[in-house]
Amino acid sequence: MLSPEASQPNSSPTPNPSPQGGGESTASVATSRGISAGIRIAPALAHNTGFSAGLRHARYILSENAVTGFAFALFLAIVLAALAGPYLVPYDPLASDTAAALKAPSAAHWFGTDQLGRDVFSRVVVATRLDFFIAVASVALVFLMGGLAGVAAGFFGGWTDRVVGRIADTIMAFPLFVLAMGIVAALGNTVQNVVLATAIVNFPLYARIARAEANVRREAGFVQAARLSGNGELRILLAQILPNIMPIMVVQMSLTMGYAILNAAGLSFIGLGVRPPTAEWGIMVAEGSAFMVSGEWWIAFFPGAALMVAVFCFNLLGDGLRDIVDPQRRT
Amino acid sequence: MGPRLHGDDYMVGANAAMLMMVVKRMLIAVPSLIGVVIVTFLLTRALPGDPAAYFAGPAATKEAIEQIRVTLGLDRPLYVQFIRYVGDLARGDLGNSLTTGQPVGYEIKTRLPASAELTLLGLMVSMAIAVPLGILAATRPNSIIDHVCRVVSTAGVSLPVFFTGLILIYVFYYLLGWAPAPLGRLDVFFSPPPHVTGFYLVDSLIAGGGEVFFASLKQLVLPALTLGIFSLAPIARMTRASMLAVLASDFVRTARASGLTPFTVIVTYAFRNAMLPVITTLGMVFSFLLGANVLVEKVFAWPGIGSFAVEALIASDFAPLQGFVLTMAVMYVVLNLLIDVLYGLIDPRVRIEA
Repeated sequence: MLSPEASQPNSSPTPNPSPQGGGESTASVATSRGISAGIRIAPALAHNTGFSAGLRHARYILSENAVTGFAFALFLAIVLAALAGPYLVPYDPLASDTAAALKAPSAAHWFGTDQLGRDVFSRVVVATRLDFFIAVASVALVFLMGGLAGVAAGFFGGWTDRVVGRIADTIMAFPLFVLAMGIVAALGNTVQNVVLATAIVNFPLYARIARAEANVRREAGFVQAARLSGNGELRILLAQILPNIMPIMVVQMSLTMGYAILNAAGLSFIGLGVRPPTAEWGIMVAEGSAFMVSGEWWIAFFPGAALMVAVFCFNLLGDGLRDIVDPQRRT
Repeated sequence: MGPRLHGDDYMVGANAAMLMMVVKRMLIAVPSLIGVVIVTFLLTRALPGDPAAYFAGPAATKEAIEQIRVTLGLDRPLYVQFIRYVGDLARGDLGNSLTTGQPVGYEIKTRLPASAELTLLGLMVSMAIAVPLGILAATRPNSIIDHVCRVVSTAGVSLPVFFTGLILIYVFYYLLGWAPAPLGRLDVFFSPPPHVTGFYLVDSLIAGGGEVFFASLKQLVLPALTLGIFSLAPIARMTRASMLAVLASDFVRTARASGLTPFTVIVTYAFRNAMLPVITTLGMVFSFLLGANVLVEKVFAWPGIGSFAVEALIASDFAPLQGFVLTMAVMYVVLNLLIDVLYGLIDPRVRIEA
């Protein structure tokens, strides 16, 4: 997907801004600062100008592209619901009230009630935490597995490259959702295994991107400078290469968040991972699906819509971040 | 890479090069297939606890579990088990389903046409919508149709496929009453056409039954549309992007300058070249489709291999699931192989590179 050429702007051979910073251009310090402030250790010299320039660039993008701003606001709302959801909702998401079962949306129950009389609005909001957790955890895990394996493959080459490539090819030989089904069914029907399966099916994507990005930088000026000043290969990999490809990986992580949520919800829709009565969007849609043919649309509609909004938000955010980090790939 | 052919060598070498390309590509598929078999084998052996208990099912007695352990060879070393597994596969033996009591291979064989018919129709629907949309968007950048294309392709990937299916059922079955009940391939009042291909649409035409044809088409419309909407996004995006690139190229400029009509330029010159990258994305689209198929089959109670696997999952019946994962993966590897060969047939440059 990402060709080495497309990432050239980040490794363009411009004059050294600082001896410690190697051959990295000021512009790329600026952009990476804007995204992953705090993740990377940038040279102190470039810090001030780089950070404020990054912020300015980000603000420019946000004002240019209102959609990204909207997506960011939506993202904050999702984070808020994930953190404080249980304290915000009007009803206990698990408390059933059979007298009030299958009621259409009203002032008392904004999203109506389900077959057991549980408040759909409360359940949708509370479920945000679990769905968000699954997405964040699986993306973090795949970054650790696929990202690091890919960087190592691209930087060291040789047998590391062959082993990582072979693993990625084998995973790619499966339709991804089907493989995820098989993994969760085999390892056991738990949320942890849904996270693991989602991470495994995304492994090839991360490994390939990280490999391509690390590969074009393996003989870059700043790498050779670091090597000449006596750094070990592993240290160069972790302290020079990895921070440099972080912006691109962060964009990828944002883009895969949406897929991770969809994947997890799909698995729980067919009965894998999350079990009733837990509030989770996929399983709520599954529970409501039987009532769709008899007209009680709200039970499945609202969790499904929440799922859609969350995925839409992550995709827009990912596109926006890519515009900031890698303006050439804007479509 | 390899040796490049020049000038007069071209025509002589073209057919041989094509053959070489196909053979080479088939050899690349072999390690993938080996990988698939190893992974599906390891999946069962990774089961927590006792695999024999899994295969015997939740209701089995201790003796039954022991018997299964011996018949499956689970008391032997891992490599012996693997050799055995490969041997079983070579004979087409995928084990038995506990829930239906039938061999898994038989179940999959009888259910596969239902899934294939649905998936292929879904692909046709999405191509029929996405390709014209992408072309129109590329020929009129920043017009309304371009924005429509962008919104549709972003929304398409954001829609959970099972959710789209349920919304379609609610609107077209419950509210409008246009679609039949989402309960399988054919209304209960009709009997399936005599088996020829297993595709009801084709079989009913062969049997000359127009009524059965329309009845099964009616059942197919909503699930196929659901799959189509889901896989539309990557095709539309790719068509638009590659069409934009081709329209900006020198040969299109020359064609325009030579006074050809816009229609000829777009359809005969640009479109044929722009379709090449779209064919490569079909591999990814099939990965989407085969996965989404499972969810769509559950929503529409479609009697394909996806719902077979879901039923097996619910019953903790592992042999069908293993057979299902293997079948899907093998189909996917073969589909990718076909796509690459097709690409080579269409684009001579690939043959020469091979």
